[in-house]
Amino acid sequence: MAEMMYWQGILRAHDEEMARDPLVFAMGEDIGVAGGTYKATSGLFAKYGEQRVIDTPISENSYTGIGVGAAMVGARPIVEIMSVNFAWLAMDQLMNNAAKIHYMSGGRIRCPFVMRVPGGTAHQLGAQHSARMEKVFMGISGLRVVTPATPRDAYGLLKSAVRCDDPVVIIEHESMYNLKGEIPDTEFFTPLEGVEVMRQGKDVSIFAYNISVHWALDAAQKLAQEHGIDAEVIDLRALKPMDRAGIAASVRKTHRAIVVEEDEAPVGVGSEVMAILNEECFFELDAAPVRVHALDVPIPYNRRLEKAAIPNAGDVVAAVRKMLGR
Amino acid sequence: MDATDQKRLLREMLFARRFEERCAEAYHERQIGGFLHLYPGEEACAIGVLEKARTGSDYVVTGYRDHIHALKSGMNPKALMAELFGKEAGCSKGRGGSMHLFDPDVRFMGGYALVGGPFPLAAGFAKTIQLRGGDEISICFLGDGANNQGTFHETMNMASLWNLPVLFVCENNLYGIGTAIERSTVEINQYKRVAPYGIEAAQCDGQDIDVVMAHAEKAVQHVREKRKPYFLELMTYRLRGHSMSDSGAYRSKEEVEEWAQRDPIGIYKRRLLDAGVVSEDEFHAMDKAIQDEIENEVVRFAAESPEPRVEDIARYVYTEGGKQPWLK
Repeated sequence: MAEMMYWQGILRAHDEEMARDPLVFAMGEDIGVAGGTYKATSGLFAKYGEQRVIDTPISENSYTGIGVGAAMVGARPIVEIMSVNFAWLAMDQLMNNAAKIHYMSGGRIRCPFVMRVPGGTAHQLGAQHSARMEKVFMGISGLRVVTPATPRDAYGLLKSAVRCDDPVVIIEHESMYNLKGEIPDTEFFTPLEGVEVMRQGKDVSIFAYNISVHWALDAAQKLAQEHGIDAEVIDLRALKPMDRAGIAASVRKTHRAIVVEEDEAPVGVGSEVMAILNEECFFELDAAPVRVHALDVPIPYNRRLEKAAIPNAGDVVAAVRKMLGR
Repeated sequence: MDATDQKRLLREMLFARRFEERCAEAYHERQIGGFLHLYPGEEACAIGVLEKARTGSDYVVTGYRDHIHALKSGMNPKALMAELFGKEAGCSKGRGGSMHLFDPDVRFMGGYALVGGPFPLAAGFAKTIQLRGGDEISICFLGDGANNQGTFHETMNMASLWNLPVLFVCENNLYGIGTAIERSTVEINQYKRVAPYGIEAAQCDGQDIDVVMAHAEKAVQHVREKRKPYFLELMTYRLRGHSMSDSGAYRSKEEVEEWAQRDPIGIYKRRLLDAGVVSEDEFHAMDKAIQDEIENEVVRFAAESPEPRVEDIARYVYTEGGKQPWLK
């Protein structure tokens, strides 16, 4: 078991998969000679060459489409979009082709396509570099959407995504590439479906994903130490398909639910979890579930305003205390 | 080309015409739903180009006016008509429809509704060919209207930059849906638009299949041997509307009539009659046999085939078979 950074986990997954299968290749802006904006492909250009580690022009829709086409006839591309905001430009190829080709061909054509995108709000990057697009991807039939919260899952989810015959979008986070964590030395695969219990608890279930898992874990520690509240933290991890049974199982134990998301609330992960709680375990609830989420504004540049727009661990603590009345 | 092949080509074009006309009837009878884009007038393009390709081995992709590209690629006409009728025996199991025909067994990769969407897909097939090695090529048929999409310019740039073996065939029928090309596009000669990307290109008559085949042979050879893209523009015309719901208000009867005089089947038939390859009687017998086949075998198969089961509606959203690695 070695301690690695998030970006190193992604790099290791690339390297192992590319070494194993000559039809696995990577493409994206600045991923080759420059080594990738977040170093997640560093060294691969020298090792595998320009045919398999491709520096693309700034043409997101068409290089995404080239990846989709390559996948349809047997290759396994890993397409990196430098920032999730730029993925809007690739939505036609992703939605109309990657997500639908298997279904509309009656199962005759598979599309083992992987898109990696750093999402989320970093530090004062402004509204056009701070988008969180999980709500868009998770609304599309035919896609799988996963979000690693740890270096271990950054590695394990990419490994699974490359082997999976369905198109997979992996949402990473701009602020998490240097996050450290343990990754087993032996090869492993993180499931592309199902939740993971990050902390066992009995008083309240905190549902989170990606960076908000860390807010939830920080909050849970503080709640235990300072308020005697035993919170369970669930990493949703797979946003599509979402693990309805896993969500309900935790609530059957705690009878209270809070959802924490970095995104603004309308039409998102939180609203989807709320709907699942209603549909799966309404009568298990002892309190109305609550969402902790970003404000519904384009992310402002000013640091103070930016911080005010995005929730944090303190907001989670406050929401839990309010719900439990202590 | 010997007389047998010439007669076969004439038959293929006539079959394409009668097939599409029968589709129009079935649409009016409400056996075919949705949008239906038919190919009459343009038969020499798909049939002429693919006559010079290795169908079944080269990858073929196109837009929504895709029936004849699918047939010439080797799709069974029964599976095609069954798809149009929305049946389980259709080439896409009734999940695709007219605009989404697929037959990976003969490397016909679809049928797409978004104008310009297939450009990068075709380059992607070529990328996989490049990684695997081998001498297959990728062939992308699209209309002139697609060339005003960003994917046209983005894909031309990358296909040329990375030496991808793609033949881009532009079927220039002078209209993007119902807007004349000179009203939508500054450079109306489409083959000139790829020059800045360093792609070799040519323009030729798309109504005379002998001319199409001569140019296609050169184009295919270029892509296959040099492992570089090529752009071939075929000047053609659709004799029917853009789709079945076309008012026709954007073009004159005189213009349509003028192009009808250059019907690709008429041109080729006249040539074969003059050369004594086929007689008027033979042509009529051929036409009758085609219509009988379409009616008695193709349409009948489609009509009698079962519908997909509603219980199967969620099949194919994801792949099946337990191949996901975490399930091992």
